[in-house]
Amino acid sequence: MKKSYKLQDLDCANCAAKMENALNKITGMKQATVSFMMQKMTIEAADEHFEAVLAEALKVIKKVEPDVIVKA
Amino acid sequence: MRQKKQLMRIVLSAFIFAIAILGSWQGWFRFAVFLLAYIIVGWDIVWRAVRNILRGQIFDENFLMTLATVGAFALGEYPEGVAVMLFYQIGELFQSYAVDKSRRSITGLMDIRPDYANVQKDGQLIKVDPEEVAVGDVIVIKPGERIPLDGFVINGSSSVDTSALTGESVPKQIREKDHVISGCINISGNLTVKVEKEFGESTVAKILDLVENSSSKKAKAENFITKFARYYTPVVVIAAVMLAFIPPLMIEGTTFSIWISRALTFLVISCPCALVISIPLSFFGGIGGASKCGVLVKGSNYLEALANTEIMVFDKTGTLTKGTFAVTQIQNSIGAPEELLEIAALAENYSNHPIALSIRQAYGKPIDHKRISEVEEIAGCGIKVKIDGKIVLVGNDKLMRKEQVLDQASYQKANKIGTIVHIAIDQVYAGYLVIADEVKEDVKETIGQLRSLGLKQLVMLTGDNQEVGQKVAQEIGLDQAYTELLPADKVEKMEDLLQQKSSRGKLAFVGDGINDAPVLARADIGIAMGGLGSDAAIEAADVVIMTDEPSKIPVVMRISKKTLCIVKQNIVFALGVKFIVLILGALGIATMWAAVFADVGVSVIAILNAIRALKVEEMDKVIV
Repeated sequence: MKKSYKLQDLDCANCAAKMENALNKITGMKQATVSFMMQKMTIEAADEHFEAVLAEALKVIKKVEPDVIVKA
Repeated sequence: MRQKKQLMRIVLSAFIFAIAILGSWQGWFRFAVFLLAYIIVGWDIVWRAVRNILRGQIFDENFLMTLATVGAFALGEYPEGVAVMLFYQIGELFQSYAVDKSRRSITGLMDIRPDYANVQKDGQLIKVDPEEVAVGDVIVIKPGERIPLDGFVINGSSSVDTSALTGESVPKQIREKDHVISGCINISGNLTVKVEKEFGESTVAKILDLVENSSSKKAKAENFITKFARYYTPVVVIAAVMLAFIPPLMIEGTTFSIWISRALTFLVISCPCALVISIPLSFFGGIGGASKCGVLVKGSNYLEALANTEIMVFDKTGTLTKGTFAVTQIQNSIGAPEELLEIAALAENYSNHPIALSIRQAYGKPIDHKRISEVEEIAGCGIKVKIDGKIVLVGNDKLMRKEQVLDQASYQKANKIGTIVHIAIDQVYAGYLVIADEVKEDVKETIGQLRSLGLKQLVMLTGDNQEVGQKVAQEIGLDQAYTELLPADKVEKMEDLLQQKSSRGKLAFVGDGINDAPVLARADIGIAMGGLGSDAAIEAADVVIMTDEPSKIPVVMRISKKTLCIVKQNIVFALGVKFIVLILGALGIATMWAAVFADVGVSVIAILNAIRALKVEEMDKVIV
């Protein structure tokens, strides 16, 4: 399953790169991309793990850039 | 809102900062005034630095800025401390303005999403979200409205502006039974349309999805920079620590404070922001610019690869030629040309062969069926028919030979590109028609431009016969033509050609996306033409040309080259300035002021440079 989320208040390009890097380290994550320009994140994971991966992804984002708000 | 607040803080802090400098106070009071300016402008940075350290994020730009400025305060260099923070914030604010603005101008460019659809229900029009419209529903599009879903016109005629999708400024005429494509704007008349596709499957949704996701396929240059950024910051910070402590211990008669001050300048330069922001911005701009010209590029990687194209392979029919057959020549031995065409049209009246269709189209008048009798189709040869009591033969030279038409010499001389249809009346040779696929108007010009853009080899692959293929290739000036290829042969030829390019060079294939999907996929860059309305083309290709003009290929190549040039300029410029300032800083020549420029100034210049990638007007003009 592949899903996109809006990242509100993603202010720095370097943070976006760091975030993408950290997201891709999550176990079960097939591929994660963070687009600073579109202020968007796309994550891809197997259907059965998706919920867990998403929860982990939110934690990672909170850690890298606490000001970012993730929206569906 | 946030930006306004930020601006207020900067102005207020700058004001206090100016007073502090002019005030030439001493001691605690001086410290307090500078500190006030510092807190106003930089409290959030310090707060974030502390918070991020607690979360285990070190080497983060907030932390580095805090360390550098607090360090400056500790050394008694209050003005430097405030200035670094102030300029840093000005740079950040500018960045967010610039990125916001280009983001808006690019998304504005792609603003083709329809807001609503007028659905006809029980004789009334209801405004609904396009996503709620089902296949088979009837919608009405009024003048000035955007077509919300793909469908065909059941009532009305109008002209339609397709420029948002194709870059084409001439409106398209739409009549009953024509298909309309979502995203275009209806200009003049009411159109009643039967919906053929759900919104999610509609052209507009597909294009939007594609453009939005294009930045996720990253170019090599982008990957290089993100990788570089990961090592750059720690390396500079470690260098700063060593600079602070090693020289004072090794060199006699020097103080820690000099070296710590130099180390702090290092920290100011340690953020790779300029690069990390300007490179994706350039590619994003380039892709946005290309879509403005009616070319969709599916990823930064493809935009990057296009600039290095060495070999370009073309499909013939529908790509270089129009793909429609037309009577291009009438050669009469007896009678008038019009009579010959009339006889041929009558003879071909019952055939559905594309050649028959093109002859009837060229004739263009209604046909009197009573004149025709005893139609006999001779497979693989042509037609034998009685017209006005005379026996007429219409077909290839095999038919002529078989039926023993006299005057063999004259019909064998005919040697033209295309299909030749001979006509004989009562066993006497009457002449022939040439039916050929026409080369598109802009092809020759395109080939010339591609050569000047540095392409080394231009090749054509076609399933058509040797004679026709070679003639077309010669006419438009290609290097090579491989003819009589079956689809599988095309892939094989493609493999051969892939061997011929240099290791850095790329091979691009240009096709219409209809039955060349395997070749499109095998090429480094698959370019599909005539993407508007063709799902196959949009899906199979890496680059989609919305119109069927080959002249868009040089346009997108120029955009690609320009974007890459901007990217290179930014990498060289940003890294160059940073390294120079690092060295000068280590030697004590560059002060913190220079370091702030190397950080913020360079970012600003790099961003301004990157925004140039979006400007593509002159790229398009070259063609027009």
